[in-house]
Amino acid sequence: MNATPNLNDLKPNARAAAGDVVLSGAEVLLRVLVDQGVEVVFGYPGGAVLPIYDALFRQNAIRHVLVRHEQAAVHAAEAYARSTGKVGVVLVTSGPGATNAVTGLVDALMDSIPVVCFSGQVGVPLIGTDAFQEADTTGITRPATKHNYLVRRAGDLARVVHEAFHIARSGRPGPVLVDLPKNLTVGPAPYQPASRAPHPSYRPRTEPDREAVARAVAAMKGAKRPLFYTGGGIINSGPRASEALGRLVRMTGFPCTSTLMGLGAFPTTDRQFLGMLGMHGTYEANLATHGCDVLVALGARFDDRVTGRLDAFSPDSFKIHADIDPSQINKIVQVDVPVLGDAGRIIEMMIEEWARQSEIPDSAALAQWWQQIDAWRGIRSLHFEQDMTPSAIIRPQHAVRRLYELAMETGRDTYVSTEVGQHQMWAAQHFQFDRPNRWLTSGGLGTMGYGLPAAVGAQIAHPDALVIDIAGEASTLMNIQELGTIAQYRLPVKLFILNNQYMGMVRQWQELLHGSRYSESYSAALPDFVRLAESFHARGMRATCVGELDDVIRAMLAEPGAVVADISVAQDENCYPMIPSGAAHNQMLLGPEQDGEVKVSAEGRMLV
Amino acid sequence: MTTQEETTISAVISILVENESGVLARVIGLFSGRGYNIESLTVAPVEESRHQSRINIVTSGTPQVIEQIKAQVGRLVPVYRVSDLTTLGPHVAREMALVKVVSSGESRTEALRIAEAFRARAVDTTATSFVFELTGATDKLDSFIDLMRPLGLAEVSRTGVAAIVRGPRTI
Repeated sequence: MNATPNLNDLKPNARAAAGDVVLSGAEVLLRVLVDQGVEVVFGYPGGAVLPIYDALFRQNAIRHVLVRHEQAAVHAAEAYARSTGKVGVVLVTSGPGATNAVTGLVDALMDSIPVVCFSGQVGVPLIGTDAFQEADTTGITRPATKHNYLVRRAGDLARVVHEAFHIARSGRPGPVLVDLPKNLTVGPAPYQPASRAPHPSYRPRTEPDREAVARAVAAMKGAKRPLFYTGGGIINSGPRASEALGRLVRMTGFPCTSTLMGLGAFPTTDRQFLGMLGMHGTYEANLATHGCDVLVALGARFDDRVTGRLDAFSPDSFKIHADIDPSQINKIVQVDVPVLGDAGRIIEMMIEEWARQSEIPDSAALAQWWQQIDAWRGIRSLHFEQDMTPSAIIRPQHAVRRLYELAMETGRDTYVSTEVGQHQMWAAQHFQFDRPNRWLTSGGLGTMGYGLPAAVGAQIAHPDALVIDIAGEASTLMNIQELGTIAQYRLPVKLFILNNQYMGMVRQWQELLHGSRYSESYSAALPDFVRLAESFHARGMRATCVGELDDVIRAMLAEPGAVVADISVAQDENCYPMIPSGAAHNQMLLGPEQDGEVKVSAEGRMLV
Repeated sequence: MTTQEETTISAVISILVENESGVLARVIGLFSGRGYNIESLTVAPVEESRHQSRINIVTSGTPQVIEQIKAQVGRLVPVYRVSDLTTLGPHVAREMALVKVVSSGESRTEALRIAEAFRARAVDTTATSFVFELTGATDKLDSFIDLMRPLGLAEVSRTGVAAIVRGPRTI
């Protein structure tokens, strides 16, 4: 995205009459970033942001991480944000720099990740003239962001940048883009500290209404078959919310399931955890969702991957929905008690109310409910058989299980990112997360190519942690260029590829819905991942059979630098259990033996 | 949506927004992006000193969709307030139309007679044409235009609905 520098870049900073150094817009930007606690920026330079890169060059407070593609900058910033609770920051140039970032911005929007993206723009006088590398970035990113700005006056710069951080991190978090015309970053601009005045129109509600919480808790006290359904909102609320969730689940004795985005908020190894719910959730989680009489949704949004067929979703339950975003209430599923506010605050207030309300819960009914759940558990819906003959083909579930077990043996703090597809679901099912912020995945948008740049962001944030991208060979090729970033910053990222030589989830759907016509889903002409790794100064490893798997995983975990581990796995493996499109939670497929029973309705076939 | 066969209702949504560039695009982009109807739209600054504009949108949908529209619009950053006037109680909804009628002889006289009955003003008159200005509720404008159709209706320009709650209440 490099363009010939404009001669104006070389102009010295404007000086005020009194001789004071007046900061340039670029310098003001960096100063505000420091005010906002920014330590790292993920970006890629180009003509319209050269003044900002020049200012970055002349300071040490903020570290810049050079990615290899702007989409990767946003995913890295997302993972940085998700794994630290801070705002991720992105810097891209105008035109193609900004358009390349769009996928990442929508990804952050769908998963409520706080990101601030700064994009260069042609100078204000050139806007609208089809100038070189000009794009209507605010127009393009309006539906891709929580909010965006085009800064037209230098006097607005500092205020807008402060505001962008406030909007990105508060309420329901999300991406905010600030488009910066080049003349503003070159020219002088006044610095301002963050304003303490409330925003005139944007005032998200975080403190829940006590009365609503009391009604919710009264319903929970009277429940015979209760269930907590927890989501990414709890992770977004911060570690305190997860800690409070643990207390609430234990004090109530209720079972708890989680969405993909919420994994880790409640320990997935806990007995009260039923596993993930939804399309590839466990049998017990989905049957409990279907059969519960009180459903307590906390920071979750009834996504279609969770609900399945809507008119059959948890049909007999009294529904409580706690969410910070009023637009999520009654959007998909009509609820009985909505509670608006921060998930963590709501959970804390529920704990208070649970202790305050004197009604005694029906422990006999709860015990019976647990018996029912344990019976469902007995089905062992995630079970698979791995032939342990050394030459046997590796089943992908086994690879993830062994990766988890051997990673735990290291005792290291472990962060897992994923790409999108079958491997993502197997990682969600078979890797365990006992703490929040360790699981980095693209849920809402389902962005293939998310995982490798996300691993970059997580490793930058946690240099001493073990960071693994559980990948598929097709997805990871979408952002494989980030091996360059990994090499440049000597990031010890482990890229663990479950290589089945197919876009596995596409292949699975083609098998189930389209008569096994594998249209364009075969990964032809794959690179040699071992030599690819070596060409990017990383270690390449390969396991082709069960006998090699543990040794490769151990070697990968022991390697101080970056590793690409190419794990050949069974090509025909499908991801189970599965709720076929348009089916209800109690119509799950548990394994291939039931494939013949798939009767996807015409409506179901039209669903994604 | 849980039930497919819910009745569609019409709603007048009034939105008070920060008067900044792109704010209208945010609101109407949200409507098109989420598949909501816009039957009419008006926008103008109403509080110059506070940089506020008011957008009135006539829309239709199930009660659940109307609730969603309010919630989705309400979370846009530059939105101060959003109200569904149809649920706030009685309200006044008016629009203005400029209607050009090109005719002569009998039709011309008839057009003028109907205009008087509707209290439409002829704001431009030539030997062969009138431009009538008419303010009122949408259905009044519709019937006026229908009546003009056989009398040489040539062109119509309408403002869309501006609406406000009756009585002392504000949005």
